[in-house]
Amino acid sequence: MRITQGAFSFLPDLTDAEVRAQIEYALAQGWAIGVEYTDDPHPRNFYWEMWGNPMFDLRDAAGVMAEVLACRTEHPRHYIRVSAFDSRRGFETTRLSFMVNRPSDEPGFLLKRHEVGGRQIQYTIESYATQAPEGRRYP
Amino acid sequence: MSDAANNAAVPAAPNGAAGTPAPVAVDLAALLAGSQVTQVLDQLDELIGLLPVKARIREIAALLLVERARKQLGLAGSSPSLHMSFTGNPGTGKTTIALRMAEILHRLGYVRKGHLIAVTRDDLVGQYIGHTAPKTKEVLKKAMGGVLFIDEAYYLYRPENERDYGQEAIEILLQVMENQRDDLVVIFAGYADRMATFFRSNPGMSSRIAHHLDFPDYSPEELEAIARRMLTTLDYRLSASGLEALHEYIPLRMRQPHFANARSLRNALDRARLRQANRLFASPAREITREQLMTIEGEDIRASRVFA
Repeated sequence: MRITQGAFSFLPDLTDAEVRAQIEYALAQGWAIGVEYTDDPHPRNFYWEMWGNPMFDLRDAAGVMAEVLACRTEHPRHYIRVSAFDSRRGFETTRLSFMVNRPSDEPGFLLKRHEVGGRQIQYTIESYATQAPEGRRYP
Repeated sequence: MSDAANNAAVPAAPNGAAGTPAPVAVDLAALLAGSQVTQVLDQLDELIGLLPVKARIREIAALLLVERARKQLGLAGSSPSLHMSFTGNPGTGKTTIALRMAEILHRLGYVRKGHLIAVTRDDLVGQYIGHTAPKTKEVLKKAMGGVLFIDEAYYLYRPENERDYGQEAIEILLQVMENQRDDLVVIFAGYADRMATFFRSNPGMSSRIAHHLDFPDYSPEELEAIARRMLTTLDYRLSASGLEALHEYIPLRMRQPHFANARSLRNALDRARLRQANRLFASPAREITREQLMTIEGEDIRASRVFA
């Protein structure tokens, strides 16, 4: 099951040139850029691991692309995203976040039905991938 | 590729790996006009002195333009190495020229953004093990698409301390200078003799730098012209006595230790403005004319310690 998180995730995966163009756009807006990765695809997993420090005051996408490629080489089967942070007053938040890498095989989620008092059902989801320990989730 | 260029191509010449026949002629003048590089070169000519530097920059610009023309015609060409070293005494205009250089390279399409990041050893070298590489890389990332100007670059290499982290920064720089030539241009700047030592101890560095520009010291006449231009841009002018005082001041100041060419002169003028303000403030006149506010008198300059 294809994970759809962040911008452009319903589109086919972005090519490197498209990723670069998006980064150029974010830099032109004056946003700081961070590269993050994780192997836990749960939608409530907001805090991904940071790949190096966030990058401030960049003028050209070449620096970010180098980090993205380095992260991909190191974690070829992880989810990797690029997020752009707007520090301007009134925003002070992530303005753009999109995935630039995903595992080739995404096993999807198990829907768990938990029966509680009065046969009421609580639902929760769990990624099949997270049944394996961290780092060994996507063979 | 324009239609005109296509029509000019000889169909029998299957050069160019792309399959499309390469054009056989390119309009160098149009290329020059299109790049708008002449404007920057003309601005360069407005700078006083620095004749060998200006000549050299024109040569480089010509080379880059021809290289681009060759590329359009599908001729073989490697992306030229553009890393430079600017050597010269303090205040000879190295940073100013570096800014213009970034603009020229940008207009000719050799750097994508054309900004200049000026750094010194402190910005590149860390304080403890493992601190240098991220620091250097961060600076390099900021400079991507533009020009990285490393002032007093010889401080990066400290032979007296073999565990100095500067060497690490040099290695990362070399790697990026070699592998990401399209992404940034590095300019090393500093005093001529110490830069020579630096390059001798880092042969890899020296061989990767294509252009060595030497900045000559200014002559007294050039310094005087620079001083007058500085004052004009600030809406000041020298009275006759002020001009005379400046004329005497410059050779005296040049003999003083720590003379830093145009920079020393700028500081001297700042002090003269200070004294002028003081003089006007102390004067008994109730009303001060525009003329008085603009004029720097001989006494403002002659109060300097070099006349003592």
